[in-house]
Amino acid sequence: MVTTQNGSWYIVSALVENKPGVLFRVTNLFRARSFNIESITVGSTEQKDLSRMTITTNSDERTLDQLVKQLRKLIDVVEVKVLDTEKTVYRELALIKMKAVDPTTRSEIINYSTIFRGNILDIGKETITVEITGTPDKIDAFKNLVEPYGITQLSRTGVSALPRGVEV
Amino acid sequence: MTGAKALIHALEKEGTDLVFGLPGGANLPIYDALVGANLRHVLVRHEQSAAHMADGYARIKRKAGVCFATSGPGATNLITGIATAYADSSPIVAVTGQVPLAMIGKDAFQETDIIGVANPCTKYSFQPRAPGEIPEIVKKAFYIAESGRPGPVLVDIPKDVQQATADMKFPDLIKVRGYNPVLDADLSDMSRAVELLIKAERPIIMAGGGVILSGAFSELQALAELLMIPVVTTFKGKGAFPENHPLAMGPIGMHGHAEANKIILEADCIVAVGARFSDRSVGRFDEFGKGMSIIHMDIDPAEIGKNKSVDVAIVGDVKSSLRTLVKLLSKKVVKRSSDSPWLKRRKELIQYYSETLKDYPRDITAKKSLKKLRELLPANGLVTTEVGQCQMWASLHFDVISPGTFFSSTGLGTMGFGFPASIGAKAAKPSVPVVDIAGDGSFNMTENSLAVSVLEKFPVIVFLMNNYMLGMVAQWQRTFYNRRYSGVEQHSCPDYVKVAEAYGAQGIRVGSMQELDKAIKAAIKSDVATVIDIPIDPDEDVYPFVAPGTGLKDMITGA
Repeated sequence: MVTTQNGSWYIVSALVENKPGVLFRVTNLFRARSFNIESITVGSTEQKDLSRMTITTNSDERTLDQLVKQLRKLIDVVEVKVLDTEKTVYRELALIKMKAVDPTTRSEIINYSTIFRGNILDIGKETITVEITGTPDKIDAFKNLVEPYGITQLSRTGVSALPRGVEV
Repeated sequence: MTGAKALIHALEKEGTDLVFGLPGGANLPIYDALVGANLRHVLVRHEQSAAHMADGYARIKRKAGVCFATSGPGATNLITGIATAYADSSPIVAVTGQVPLAMIGKDAFQETDIIGVANPCTKYSFQPRAPGEIPEIVKKAFYIAESGRPGPVLVDIPKDVQQATADMKFPDLIKVRGYNPVLDADLSDMSRAVELLIKAERPIIMAGGGVILSGAFSELQALAELLMIPVVTTFKGKGAFPENHPLAMGPIGMHGHAEANKIILEADCIVAVGARFSDRSVGRFDEFGKGMSIIHMDIDPAEIGKNKSVDVAIVGDVKSSLRTLVKLLSKKVVKRSSDSPWLKRRKELIQYYSETLKDYPRDITAKKSLKKLRELLPANGLVTTEVGQCQMWASLHFDVISPGTFFSSTGLGTMGFGFPASIGAKAAKPSVPVVDIAGDGSFNMTENSLAVSVLEKFPVIVFLMNNYMLGMVAQWQRTFYNRRYSGVEQHSCPDYVKVAEAYGAQGIRVGSMQELDKAIKAAIKSDVATVIDIPIDPDEDVYPFVAPGTGLKDMITGA
């Protein structure tokens, strides 16, 4: 949990059946019960018949409690946990394309991206595309930094997370 | 074996002996497989009614009811019935035909994404992609529908999957790893519940539909009698506790009994058993239960804290939770006396409202008619209702004596539910009379089920309190819109006696209480369905009334 302006920021991790329609059931639940989520990611896990969904949400404790209980109620959801952000590793990836025509701008952007341990994925005549990986905060910080140059396109993956150490 | 044959065989293995449905292009193979099967098919006149019949059957039989429909419009017609069952936690297994696999997603004729449509109102849904999956899917469908907090499950079978053949294995045991309903009571919080209850001076039990679903009637009665706790119910819980019992107070809520709405506000400890604190029962969530301790027992963990924060939560089947609670309590208390100040208060409130609430001045009224019905209907007779004024009058004026003999569309409030549901109930228990307490507006919606009741010999009684008005809406228009009627008048159409007769049923119009007496007696004896047309005054209101958005304390008694 991270305290934010609108309640608290939580990471919810769910193991779900890896089969068609499960993402639909989960997102339809969020829509039907007006749960506001910030991001949702789904991908494969070490077990081929299970997927891991990572959901981040800004909410109060009571809404979070309902979100978790309603998720658990779904037949295709095998396990749900609210991750303790202090004991969790979590990362997000962002692709950011910026206007960069003159050489000064281009070198500034390359500098910033080095500082943020980003990768330059593409340089064209007028744009540079950077890959930044980190916590959502770090990505926000980079975004704010390069905003004045003109971001032409941006794509964020949402958060993926695992508990630290041996905890399952 | 074909997929269709496997479906029928799997249903037989689940003990299904009756299916309500209607065929069409996409479920022809299933209907062909019905020929010579060991289960009876009841042909409905509209798929909505098939779902309601399966629902009514399920509520009385306490096992899943089954309905069939074809793809597209057949399937969408089922949805109202499925949503009704979902809102009231009733187990049905709905089997729909679907266009062939290769046509799915091509906007084919009579194609609907029924899995998508049904998602928010089903407990789960399946779409077998190969015939060999069908036996296990049917087994899982029944398991999910009937266990835990029950609910409807949809099985949508593409036509080519019905036709294709496979070597079938019918499993006896299945496991659904993401579904593990909590059954045994959680003991950790039980001692706190015991403490609160012993300390309470003005305890009250609020019994919900969960008590009926779990058949926890004697356990509930044991708790009430041990501590001499007055019992109110939600509307869904009506009949969870005998309403002629010396501790009974009747339903609370928007049209609850005045004394029930009043006493619950004076309590210092509420035990909510299998209830979900719905807006219709408790009025305003923020106001209800202030300054009282609340013990909440429910099988569904997601109900805890959903509408109301509680002091003690006991998750589990309420039958087992109540049994444990009573066992622990009886070690600590001796049976309490029946003349505590709290029980005197109960009597005082009942007395007060019986003297204060006025009867509507007319020869035939809803109240008098329902009292007459109660007098003549045996205690084990089954009663369901339509939706609207008729339903609320039933709640107020028809006392349920034998627990579990009353049910209604309480959550979704589906007009047209009662009549087909009464047919389902009759199918589940043919030996007792079954009555649908109806109004004209609701009966209009599914009256074509008269064909089913006549042809399939389900002689139910439609107790039609007829004001030729969408009465509840009219009452709200009188109350909140200065009597400006809009879209509520039925203009004496149709003639319900003729409607009944057109289908080969019996129609009786009554003009006096004596005629009503005779009509009820004739209907109970009749071997065809009977519609009793009881003319009532369109101005007869349902009181008490807790206006939407207000609290129980703001109850209008009409006195």
